[in-house]
Amino acid sequence: MSRLRELLENSDEKVFTAEFPTIDGGGMARVITQAERLSHWFDAVNVTDNPAAHAHASNTSVAIAVKAQGLEPIMQIACRDKNRLAIQADMIGAALHGIENISLMTGDDVTAGDEPESRRVFDLDSAQAISVARSLNNGVYLSGRTIKPPTNFYIGAVENAAAPPLDYRVQRALKKHAAGAKFLQLQICYHAARLETFCEGITKVAPALHLLPTIVLVKGARQLHFIHDKVPGIDVPASIIERVEKSPDQLEAAYQLALEQARHALAQPGVRGLHIADFRHDDTLVRLMKDLGGTHKLLHQTGK
Amino acid sequence: MPKLLPFIEHALKKPVWDCRMCGQCVLHSTGMTCPMTCPKTLRNGPCGGVRENGNCEVDPEMKCVWAKAFERKDSLPLPKAWREHFNDLRPPVDMQLEGTSSWLNLLTKRDQQVPKGWKADSASSGEN
Repeated sequence: MSRLRELLENSDEKVFTAEFPTIDGGGMARVITQAERLSHWFDAVNVTDNPAAHAHASNTSVAIAVKAQGLEPIMQIACRDKNRLAIQADMIGAALHGIENISLMTGDDVTAGDEPESRRVFDLDSAQAISVARSLNNGVYLSGRTIKPPTNFYIGAVENAAAPPLDYRVQRALKKHAAGAKFLQLQICYHAARLETFCEGITKVAPALHLLPTIVLVKGARQLHFIHDKVPGIDVPASIIERVEKSPDQLEAAYQLALEQARHALAQPGVRGLHIADFRHDDTLVRLMKDLGGTHKLLHQTGK
Repeated sequence: MPKLLPFIEHALKKPVWDCRMCGQCVLHSTGMTCPMTCPKTLRNGPCGGVRENGNCEVDPEMKCVWAKAFERKDSLPLPKAWREHFNDLRPPVDMQLEGTSSWLNLLTKRDQQVPKGWKADSASSGEN
């Protein structure tokens, strides 16, 4: 059983996951450095699948490398770049290497990336991909061909609680839960009231669905502007940007904003922990974990 | 007649719903809004990239197809049974049916065939 599943399903502990940096150059040395940095504080790390439609080292290859460093991966699979054959191959390939946590998502459009001329695939949507993962767990490919023994994935999904149509987001999350998702990592949300409404809604209709809202560590107002302008589906209210922008110490103001968001998110019903995305790349990550009462972990023993 | 059907269907449905002839029409369950007009061809709801004004991530000038569907499901005078199917988990598109008549596929029930490994029955969220 994956550590993530054990913690979410069989404990009351707060769970902290982080976004594993993308890998381009630098070889295994870069993977090792990053894994070492994150392994002391996080229960698992999300290994992305061409995030924001930019090509990087593949999801499966990085997940294998991360696992070999003793850090537990949550392997993301996006529907944008792969048809149903390739998505199932990703899943079975991950299972081959003992990767148990997977997270299925639609994926940003190709126009969000640096190769907008690419063909977009979306042969499956995220809810369908989740259902396919569950089929593999039941011992069959989508075609019905059997897999012995079945896979043992702990299936996750994502949702954006703050994107329109707001009244539909809980139902969409419920659909993913019904399709097989056990945990839900939420997109960064700069509208506190929307997060509250979403979490309350989920606890009413899907109390067994574990929520992990995302907190982003930024350096200052410039990055908040970037998120607002460039990241699909994220609206950063002007008042929030202004608060950081007008501060004499933007680094500190941005940190206090993230800490406030983290504490608020952790106080919501159904929230079992947080997912952290670090755009600062300094020691603030450790400060945040300490301020949230996170404990320094020994290097996990999943892969070594 | 069957050979002409796709042309007739397209001639009627293209101007009204911008029909893409997927051959497995689900318009009745999506607030009479064609999910194949979503740039990501999502058949199970909106992605997380919908803009603050409710417009599409890919085409900023276009209202999100699913935001439109969500509104229309209640605003249009649709049969209750159709509305109740809004949250159904729709199976992956069968690409073999692209370009064929969904009317014929409905009559022959060809559009209800799903891959053997598709667990739609147990995964459907019903009226939720």
